[in-house]
Amino acid sequence: MMYSEKVMDHFMNPRNVGEIEDASGVGTVGNAKCGDIMKVYLKIEDGIVKDAKFKTFGCGAAVATSSMATELIKGKTIEESLKITNKAVMEALDGLPPIKVHCSCLAEEALHAALWDYAQKNGIVIEGLEKPVNDISEHEEVPAEDY
Amino acid sequence: MEYYFDNAATTKVRPEVLEAMLPYFTENYGNPSSIYKISQKTKKAVETAREQVAKAINAPNANEIYFTAGGSESDNWALKGIADSYASKGKHIITSAIEHHAILHTCEYLETKGYEVTYLPVDEYGVVSPESVKAAIRPDTILVSIMFANNEIGTIEPIKEIGAVCREAGVLFHTDAVQAVAHVPIDVQDMNIDMLSMSGHKFYGPKGIGAMYIRKGIKIPSFIHGGAQERKRRAGTENVPGIVGIGKAIELAVSELDTEMPRLIALRTKLINGILDKVPYARLNGHPENRLPGNVNISFEYIEGESILLLLDMNEICASSGSACTSGSLDPSHVLLAIGLPHEKAHGSLRLTMGHFTTEEEVDFVLEKLPPIVERLREMSPLYEQIKNANK
Repeated sequence: MMYSEKVMDHFMNPRNVGEIEDASGVGTVGNAKCGDIMKVYLKIEDGIVKDAKFKTFGCGAAVATSSMATELIKGKTIEESLKITNKAVMEALDGLPPIKVHCSCLAEEALHAALWDYAQKNGIVIEGLEKPVNDISEHEEVPAEDY
Repeated sequence: MEYYFDNAATTKVRPEVLEAMLPYFTENYGNPSSIYKISQKTKKAVETAREQVAKAINAPNANEIYFTAGGSESDNWALKGIADSYASKGKHIITSAIEHHAILHTCEYLETKGYEVTYLPVDEYGVVSPESVKAAIRPDTILVSIMFANNEIGTIEPIKEIGAVCREAGVLFHTDAVQAVAHVPIDVQDMNIDMLSMSGHKFYGPKGIGAMYIRKGIKIPSFIHGGAQERKRRAGTENVPGIVGIGKAIELAVSELDTEMPRLIALRTKLINGILDKVPYARLNGHPENRLPGNVNISFEYIEGESILLLLDMNEICASSGSACTSGSLDPSHVLLAIGLPHEKAHGSLRLTMGHFTTEEEVDFVLEKLPPIVERLREMSPLYEQIKNANK
């Protein structure tokens, strides 16, 4: 299996690793069983994503897609943020091996989970945003079966 | 230059082995089955190699050694062959949960053909107990196949005792010894082994050549039908350079076992202790003592194996992992799950396997490079963050 140069670059030099203390929204997706967990922090001001950070447990592709997804979302409006699909993340990385496509899906879900958290905290509805299926964020209102 | 710590995957051909093989590509090219003089040389070379292999595992007779294309072919032949020729006695086979896929997938194939397979569990170190073999043997059991040593965690099985159980019950005993041959002493007579698989490239021989020991008197049909090679049991013109290579390689490695084993065990001890001393939240997988001299397998919590491998590769260190990403599925290694590791710890496993060419300087290099790699990945891991916060 071969990764593109861009994937290797984002794996070796991941952008936006870390946490945001006073994040507007935090989302965690994946599970340790399948070997990938992504946690995304967003700082949103005036409807614009001012900053994004991540922490990821996973393979090279998981780290690279987290890095790229957080790069792509920075500076975007919430509406624009929703257009960052797994396909967009993959394309920005010059592709992924077929077996790693699920990592890019997880990256998209991680962004959505963070946006979902932001919406919940602020009591707003973001048009077109649904709660991601793999969301394992510790929201108080999440029923047990979602874990 | 690379730091090669994946000797369980394959090994570099030793110069002495290559040198012995080379004439059999060019000047000694005759087909061993032919009658003219130049073929006498190749025929003799094949028989010399057969004797070298027989001697290395203390097989009573060289004609109990059959050359194959490798470990997987030997394993396939042993299982399918015995299943075929002993079907009138029964259709039950016993193996373990931690076998190589060459055994496990062949067993699964046989299950589709109406055979019943018992997959014995192992303990936390990956040991198959002889008692569990004894308890699993039934009147219709035709074969027990237990690996000599595990390829991932290095655990060496109690082969002699398992062999004795099988002898007593009158059941044939095969062992996949691909990882063990020429790395630890093997005596097929003393260890009650009826059939044994080996592969040349695991002990500094070439790829594409293997062998199987089949004790005299065992009924087993030909696996490849065709010419009369290998006493009509494995057709096809002999891979003469490969056969010469496996013969030379096994002779060389076995003659050096007395010095090579303690040398590798010392390196193994240094590597294991060094890693466990420097890296928290790490555990050794496999048996602490009864393991292959060159095998180290460690799980690092909160990080994933492929990421470790990629960063090691950046430092020219070649290693392997039992994580899902390296197994080609979403599940981590069946061996690590069988010894009771939860999925997340199995994902964070790292296998470092040393061999003839490994030096202490290389071990020191790994001990220098690995801990910061683990730390770097942990700093990126949301699971490690949870643990750090919980410990605050």
